[in-house]
Amino acid sequence: MIEVKNLTKRYGDHLAVKGISFTVEEGHIYGFLGPNGAGKSTTMNIITGCLAATEGSVTIDGHDIYAEPLAAKRCVGYLPEQPPLYFDMTPFEYLMFVAEAKGIDYESAFRQVREVIEATRLTDYQSRLIRNLSKGYKQRVGIAQAMLGDPKVIILDEPTVGLDPKQILEIRDLIRELGQTKTVILSSHIMQEVQAVCDRVMIISQGHLVASENIENLESLVSPTNKLHMSIRCDAETAEEVLLPINGVERMTMQNTRDEGVLDVTLDISREVDPRDDIFFAMADLRKPIISMRYEESTLEDIFLRLTDEDEGAVVPEDQPEEAPADAETREEAYTNMFSTEGYRVEDESDGKEDK
Amino acid sequence: MTAIYKKELKSYFINMSGYVFIAFLLLFAGIFVTAVNLKSAMASFEYALSSMTMVFLFIIPILTMRSLAEERHARTDQLLYSLPLRVSDIVLGKYLAMLTVFLIPVGIMSVYPIILSAFGTIHYGACYGAILAFFLLGAALIAICMFMSALTESQIIAAVLSFGILLACYLMNGIAVLIPSTAIASYIGLMAVAILFALVVWLMTKNSIITIAAAAVCILPLSAAYYFNRSAFEGLFPDLLSTLSVFDRFNNFVYGIFDVTAIVYYLSIIVFFLFLSIQSVEKRRWS
Repeated sequence: MIEVKNLTKRYGDHLAVKGISFTVEEGHIYGFLGPNGAGKSTTMNIITGCLAATEGSVTIDGHDIYAEPLAAKRCVGYLPEQPPLYFDMTPFEYLMFVAEAKGIDYESAFRQVREVIEATRLTDYQSRLIRNLSKGYKQRVGIAQAMLGDPKVIILDEPTVGLDPKQILEIRDLIRELGQTKTVILSSHIMQEVQAVCDRVMIISQGHLVASENIENLESLVSPTNKLHMSIRCDAETAEEVLLPINGVERMTMQNTRDEGVLDVTLDISREVDPRDDIFFAMADLRKPIISMRYEESTLEDIFLRLTDEDEGAVVPEDQPEEAPADAETREEAYTNMFSTEGYRVEDESDGKEDK
Repeated sequence: MTAIYKKELKSYFINMSGYVFIAFLLLFAGIFVTAVNLKSAMASFEYALSSMTMVFLFIIPILTMRSLAEERHARTDQLLYSLPLRVSDIVLGKYLAMLTVFLIPVGIMSVYPIILSAFGTIHYGACYGAILAFFLLGAALIAICMFMSALTESQIIAAVLSFGILLACYLMNGIAVLIPSTAIASYIGLMAVAILFALVVWLMTKNSIITIAAAAVCILPLSAAYYFNRSAFEGLFPDLLSTLSVFDRFNNFVYGIFDVTAIVYYLSIIVFFLFLSIQSVEKRRWS
């Protein structure tokens, strides 16, 4: 459907996209995932012909975007990061304009505009000025615009950014609906979102494509161990003696806390067995209290962070925790320095909150 | 193109700028007709038109400042690029919409000679020839100002740039007279233009080789020509400058001459600046 070969984009001295190649097959929802500034928008802008590539080629449904731009663009509906709306028009007028610009004749334009207004549930808002619509509805108008002309591929650049949780769910439902009949590519910097909507995922970091997998395959890349975080009132030697032999515990790291005699322990435990009961009873037998215990499953989020971190190298200084950008939807992800062999780890506090 | 044209035309009348433009042009038409034709009892509408060209300085930038700059500012240009449209469709659609807005007051004004004919003898040929030239002059200025709007993201900068350029065109004959017509003065003037050109090339490409090549292409033949045929340079620069005085071409029509070269001149200005606008929009995709 879409074939991207060796795509490179240079802005002055800055290389935004470094030789990305991938193919998009028909009938899937693709997630284009990467941290801010990874080159997602640039890549999407090039695919849709808004921007010219420095090197490389893009073919959409057999049409090269440079050689036959009009034929290629007819196959694509695009919603840029900032919905490109004329604020002094109503959604209906705006959609009629886009339909006409896409070369649809008046009769079918009128019908199609009605259909997409219906599909994006804009019916009650179609004759208000776009200026006065809320962000969520503006986004819908943007998506409606991309749907016009029945393109085979719909490309949405961060369609849920800046929306409230309810609107996010609605937009996701809409995207899932779209995915039933069309190929959809959406970009996001949020793993949960991609996990919730897409069946294929491409992870991009620093202008490179670092992974391109089915969601299920990606899950198999998850590390074979889960983590157990504990605070125990115990000395380090005893803890090591007691905990390491327990079935399922593979590795442990320890750290003293501010409280006298309290130890923070992180255990790598295998996925197959759950040693939490054993740990509890073992500690109880020694009369060493467990103050807290938190089980953490490795998630796609970890993979995402691992894949995108690898590229950046150890940019995060070891003793200065750096906050990752907190998002309306994600919880805070903070790099905290723990005793672990990897220098720093990722805290992930709300697994399973998101629907999968 | 028709979609863009319709949308643009509509937007001129949704927000005020179309009405403001038409109202101002008609207001000044009224003032000048009153002063030139009615008060001094003169039946030639051409003279009123000739005074009115000055109004273009202020109202053409109002009409054109939005056209491409606002699109870029509101990021709606991304929509236009992603739609199956050619850049030329976008630019032409917008240009034709502006011409249509401009045609409305010109259309209304073309009734004036008929009204005036009730009070005196009107030479319809001269009169409508002048109105045609007036329209073409406006069309050429709109093309120039549209290019200014293509250069920037800010409407204000576009308007100020346009006003500056139009004022320079308006005063060009006066400026040309100031420059001595000796050969050396022309040579220095042309060299200055060549260096300016090289500077623009450098600003656009940031590539020193291309810049040096562009400068060499201008400067070397110029110097050679000056060395071998000095007499050809006498008065050359002022002459060249006065060809840029878009407004003065209109004067022939006021004196009742239907100047075909002026018509061709206006048409070529329109084509040239539309071409530049298209290139400038196209270039942005490549930067």
